[in-house]
Amino acid sequence: MSDPLIVTRDIVKEYRMESYSVTALRGMSLEIGSGEFVAVMGPSGSGKSTFMNLLGCLDSPTSGHYSLAGDKVSELSGDELAAIRNRRIGFVFQNFNLLPRTSAVENVELPLLYSHVPKNDRRPRALGRLAEVGLAERAHHHPQQLSGGQQQRVAIARALVNNPVLILADEPTGALDTRTSYELMGLLQQLNRGGMTVVLVTHERDVAAFASRVIGFRDGHVVDDQRVARPADAGEMLREFDKVAA
Amino acid sequence: MTWLASIRIALRALRVNKLRSTLTMLGIIIGVAAVITMIAVGAGAQARVEEQIKGLGTNLIILFPGSVTAGGVRMGAGSRSSLTEDDAYAIQREIPRVQAAAPTLRGTGQVVAGSNNWSTVFYGVTPEYFEARNWAVATGKMFDAADLTGSGKVALLGETVARSLFGDADPIGQVIRIRKVPFTVIGTLEPKGQNLMGQDQDDVVLMPISTARNRVLGGTQAKQRSVGSVSIKVRDGEDMKEVEDQMRSLLRQRHRIQAGQEDDFSLRNLSEVLAAREESSRIMTLLLAAIASVSLLVGGIGIMNIMLVSVTERTREIGLRMAVGARARDILSQFLVEAVTLALIGGLLGIMLGLGGSFAIAQLADWRVELRPDAVLLAVSFAAAIGVFFGFYPARKASRLLPIEALRYE
Repeated sequence: MSDPLIVTRDIVKEYRMESYSVTALRGMSLEIGSGEFVAVMGPSGSGKSTFMNLLGCLDSPTSGHYSLAGDKVSELSGDELAAIRNRRIGFVFQNFNLLPRTSAVENVELPLLYSHVPKNDRRPRALGRLAEVGLAERAHHHPQQLSGGQQQRVAIARALVNNPVLILADEPTGALDTRTSYELMGLLQQLNRGGMTVVLVTHERDVAAFASRVIGFRDGHVVDDQRVARPADAGEMLREFDKVAA
Repeated sequence: MTWLASIRIALRALRVNKLRSTLTMLGIIIGVAAVITMIAVGAGAQARVEEQIKGLGTNLIILFPGSVTAGGVRMGAGSRSSLTEDDAYAIQREIPRVQAAAPTLRGTGQVVAGSNNWSTVFYGVTPEYFEARNWAVATGKMFDAADLTGSGKVALLGETVARSLFGDADPIGQVIRIRKVPFTVIGTLEPKGQNLMGQDQDDVVLMPISTARNRVLGGTQAKQRSVGSVSIKVRDGEDMKEVEDQMRSLLRQRHRIQAGQEDDFSLRNLSEVLAAREESSRIMTLLLAAIASVSLLVGGIGIMNIMLVSVTERTREIGLRMAVGARARDILSQFLVEAVTLALIGGLLGIMLGLGGSFAIAQLADWRVELRPDAVLLAVSFAAAIGVFFGFYPARKASRLLPIEALRYE
């Protein structure tokens, strides 16, 4: 493995309330290499979401260091963090977070808007990504007209449109049924096989089973870090699921 | 992100909630329309006053003889016969800044034409009078030099007199009698309307000054060549005050008045009265505009209110935009552009309503209105400024949200 893509050193995150403070992360040190498919697991309150937000540059640590692809993220300004989120990271959220009353292709274009991609380049790139997730013919549908699985695929197209180095997925299957979850995980596995680094937060063991490395969180510490020799294949699971259903 | 893209995003956001956007705009629409209409009405009033001033001769100074004091009773301006025709010619000759100095004799009398008669004022004038008073002959012709030297019995009728004596018939060539002296009507005067005091300026007969003196008024005035007044028109752009001073010293010299003695004449400058009147109508316009601006301000507060609601409602959208790479200033400009777009569209609709309103007032109330491009420009830039001013606070509030908290907002 070459230089790790993600390096965190002694990350501490404290939330200060009025009368007390909560420590969500207590000295988190991790390395994630380029091309890994990592699932972060843990019960609620374990700090996995906080960790995810820090990785996604949506929040900054109270102390400790974080570098992403060589950039010392913990030292960057708000605008520089916005640029990193824009160009290096693709987000997939549990509740999709698509703009309502805005067509799929326009949703996918959104990150390009903030990286000053010329208007004429935006549309073809967005349409290309939609085709990759199998939604070419739904490009002009609004989110309300799409199923949950389709909405999440639009969100993945949006995450990919600016060629990021990292996909962060926060409970991406939380709002989906089993079959659609398999479809979605299949898509993420497919991306990972293409070289994309994927970090996934979930509390479901069978979702984590698709990852090649599973990290367990508890009370702000890493309690478990295992590589999976042979992760489950979502495509195979989907075919079996359909067989049983039929 | 380009401004064009920002405007497109703003328009989309405004379209999503059409009713709310329209109601918010309504405040600006009414405000801008009110400002435009009020300024149009005010400017119309002002233009009317200005026109009246022009009708009287903007640069007009009227010279009257001084007052007579008899046994301690002062008789008032014009009671003395200290002013002569020659004074008028001297002013014309020696003060280059004077365009025209017109000596005038005034008299009243019954004018008879056939079976009709009419009591009116007649003036004996020289051709300079027409220049000094900005008056023109409507039909027929002016009296000529021969009439002036030979005391020709010719008269020009004001519109009121012509109508009273001849109705719709053509008065030219007809004979009228003034104080039993027969005159031939050679022309009629352009209608001039009322003066500022409400007097009908068309209720008048003009004749050569020599005719008035020698054939109608007669008496002692004839010997002294004295005149009732002199109308003096100052050239455009000259300082009235300086011309008055020059005239005063010229007349004091001609009348051999010692230093320390009172003038035996008086000068009246109508434009001062009118300037005061113009000033008051200008203040009226400003007042109307100020009142109308209050409604524009209220409209601006409406925008702020809606933008604050909108920022709260769209907190998750803001969080998402930040997550995919929007910087704080992108969010700021997005909401600012939205507020300004709201204000500008409202402003444009307000202009249309304001133009329509001004037109309606002109038609229905029969008021004079004057649409001024600068007022329209002012109202629109004021609307845009309101958009920026009242949009800034909500936009800044949006841009300062933390991405993670905005994303989690329920």
